[in-house]
Amino acid sequence: MAHTITHDEHAAGATHGPHGRQSFFHKYLWSTDHKIIALQYTFTGMLMAMIGAFMAYVFRMQLAFPGRPVPGFGIVGPHEYNALVTNHGSLMIFWVAMPILLAGFGNFLIPLMVGADDMVFPRINRLSYQLFFLSAVVILASLFVPGGGFGGAWTAYPPLSAKQAFNLTPLGSTLWVIAVALEFIAFLLGGINFIVTAMNARAPGMKAFDVPIVVWTIVMASLLFMASVGPLIAGAVMLLFDQLLGTSFFDPNRGGDPFLWQHLFWFFGHPEVYVVLFPTMGMVAEIMTVFARKKLFGYRLIIYTFIATGILSFFVWAHHQFVAGIDPRMANVFTVTTLIISVPIAEMCFLYIATLYGGSITFSVPMLWALSFMAEFLIGGVTGIYLGASGLDIHLHDTYFVIAHFHYTFFPIAIIGTFAGITYWFPKIFGRMMNETWGKIHFWGTIIPFNGIFLPLFVLGARGEHRRIFDYHAFPDLDNPQMAAMRIFATVSLLVMLAFQPIFLVNFINGMRRGRKAERNPWRANTLEWTADSPPPHGNWSTMPQVYRGPYEYSVPGRAEDYWPQNEPA
Amino acid sequence: MTTAAHAESHGPHRNYVGIWGILTVLLLISVTGPLLGIRTVTLITAFGVALIKAYLVAKNFMHLDIERPIVHFMLAVVLTLMVLLYAGLAPDVQKSEGSHWKKSAGFHYVSEQARGKAETESEHGSPPDRK
Amino acid sequence: MSVRTIATTRSAAGLPTGRLAVWWVLVSEIVIFGGVLVSYVMHRLGHPEWAAEAAHTNMWAGGFNTLVLLTSSLSAVLAHQAAEGGDGPKAARLLRLTALGGLIFLTVKSFEWTHEIREGFTIQAGGFWSYYYTAAGLHAFHVLAGAVIMLFIAADAAKNRDLHRVENIGIYWHFVDIVWIFLFPLLYIAK
Repeated sequence: MAHTITHDEHAAGATHGPHGRQSFFHKYLWSTDHKIIALQYTFTGMLMAMIGAFMAYVFRMQLAFPGRPVPGFGIVGPHEYNALVTNHGSLMIFWVAMPILLAGFGNFLIPLMVGADDMVFPRINRLSYQLFFLSAVVILASLFVPGGGFGGAWTAYPPLSAKQAFNLTPLGSTLWVIAVALEFIAFLLGGINFIVTAMNARAPGMKAFDVPIVVWTIVMASLLFMASVGPLIAGAVMLLFDQLLGTSFFDPNRGGDPFLWQHLFWFFGHPEVYVVLFPTMGMVAEIMTVFARKKLFGYRLIIYTFIATGILSFFVWAHHQFVAGIDPRMANVFTVTTLIISVPIAEMCFLYIATLYGGSITFSVPMLWALSFMAEFLIGGVTGIYLGASGLDIHLHDTYFVIAHFHYTFFPIAIIGTFAGITYWFPKIFGRMMNETWGKIHFWGTIIPFNGIFLPLFVLGARGEHRRIFDYHAFPDLDNPQMAAMRIFATVSLLVMLAFQPIFLVNFINGMRRGRKAERNPWRANTLEWTADSPPPHGNWSTMPQVYRGPYEYSVPGRAEDYWPQNEPA
Repeated sequence: MTTAAHAESHGPHRNYVGIWGILTVLLLISVTGPLLGIRTVTLITAFGVALIKAYLVAKNFMHLDIERPIVHFMLAVVLTLMVLLYAGLAPDVQKSEGSHWKKSAGFHYVSEQARGKAETESEHGSPPDRK
Repeated sequence: MSVRTIATTRSAAGLPTGRLAVWWVLVSEIVIFGGVLVSYVMHRLGHPEWAAEAAHTNMWAGGFNTLVLLTSSLSAVLAHQAAEGGDGPKAARLLRLTALGGLIFLTVKSFEWTHEIREGFTIQAGGFWSYYYTAAGLHAFHVLAGAVIMLFIAADAAKNRDLHRVENIGIYWHFVDIVWIFLFPLLYIAK
């Protein structure tokens, strides 16, 4: 690739607006600085996570103790239950996982790791957050409008989602569609920034294969998102028009086809899970190399594997529709592709393990999170194989087995990934250290109960427990003491897990204000962000870095130090 | 008629107004084709012309022929993706019946429409669905 | 006042950042329009009776609008040529002419739609009309947005500022033209 450098200035500050004291508004709310925008996305995502977690608390209390008023909420009827599970799913995917993993870490890391002073389009970056913020306001508002929040599941199949006579939430369902559409546009804008910055704005000397894996994965995630979301944006417009204008896109009685929505949704929905997976796998790789003091095993192979996985992810979507009435011969095809896609992921697990092998491992808090990601995601991935076999899926579809599977994948991706990334990059972001001991207590207090919540759900699902049912008293074969005991166990585990989360919050806030001051490179890592000050100033460096090598030169024989920063001259 | 000035960064000298002229002629072909009333001719003139016009605009106005290869790659991938979208969805969405299924609700609507048209001579479409 | 970063001036991929970004915008637009059009094509092929509805579209209005957009693409590329030659004011004039083409397009369309709605062919009138208004409406929205942005760029170009943006908005405009080049036969001619 041709590498043209125009003029690489030394005084990064000179190209920006006037110096001097900026008001709180300009500095923190109206900023174009990628680091501030990253924090805006991350804090918004964390707030939405708390709301989503509260929703989970409420509906799990209802499932464990049906009919009893839930402390802090009240009685959960079927209408409320549907709205809770719908919005829990929507919030966690669109307003927690994506903003934190993709927009938060992407915004913070990409310019720093490629040696740039900011994104290529800082004002579009700001606009993307503002649109995202608006989408968050809209979805939260949808919960409080007359009729209540949309209850047609995060998958929003019509005719339920299109006709208010069916969903009973005319305002809620329309606001839901608008919120999702706005969120999509925000991430399209952000994605273009990420892709163009990584393609074009790299520091002199940084070739494509000198770019850290997490930048690769976040950019690939942005590409996957961009390619897959288009048809669903079209579908969302069509759904909105069906709701508001009386069009018949999805109305079978007037020549439309609800199946079209299913296909448009899942054509996006499947690549979407890789959109959130890729950033976390990138972060886990960064953490592992640093805390094993070893180069990434098979860096190029990992990149090619990610590319292959991304391409394959466009060929598996109908495994969500095995029992929806698709041609069984198509189901065969999608079974094969779905099982095939587990191969590259498994291969990457082996490559990550090979990275650890023979390394000098430190069990720091970020490393604990990274290792637990591997273990938990493995369980999630393996259980996906059961679901990917269309014959077995006939039994397992729409049961708690599916819920357990995707929580064993999504929770590691979104929650473990977030904790891993935050505990690792916290010193750089805030210039202070978090407390290790509290970090470890929070870690164990999260991981152990997490398994307590979702392992029983595999069993419940295999025994036939359907999803999206607010009360199993109407199902005699599901309404027995053993299954009820498992539901209660899962709920109690959730309560324990939630009880440990304030530890993280306190550690975070305390760390921000009064943590031990962090040096520039407390983890002794190679990548460029650790050469900037902690925290980096506006413009990131006063002298822009020059790159001389790849990011994973750890424990190079013959060197005094066991790491070799990318910007250190040879 | 203005002549296009030579711009070095755009490779060969291009006659933009000339290209516009060709596009206009093609447009005329595409609107006169249907007047012949032969379906195949209509389709060829309509869509064949569209493809040629798109090619001319992309090559000469967007300068795609001298654009970096990465852009060609991006466009090729995403257009292929749209073909994949069609191939994946059409078996369920385009067909109105298969070996063991039929979109009966749609059939009712269509046959009612046809009956409605046969009965009246009105040009109006069907009344809007009452929610 | 712009926030120019060093990042924006680099070009490791071998082409200017702005132009690369516009191509990415077009990639994302292709999937959005692709979604609408693929859905439309599937339904159109699956519902032969829609041809009777499509017979009521006004091919002459559509054809005229095609001519308008083609001509505006001409002025857009001539604007680019002027900008390449450093003649900002000329580029601005040609860009404004292009935006005027967009305005004419939208005006013709509003007359066309008003007439069709009066005839009873509302968006609710059937499956064909749902797609007709949605697809053409989405396109019209992009015409409007493009014209507005173009006027801002023209204002800068008139002062010989940011002339590289003339090419970029032009590329976007040609894309909008190409989408219409396909919409025209899909909605108007195929009957």
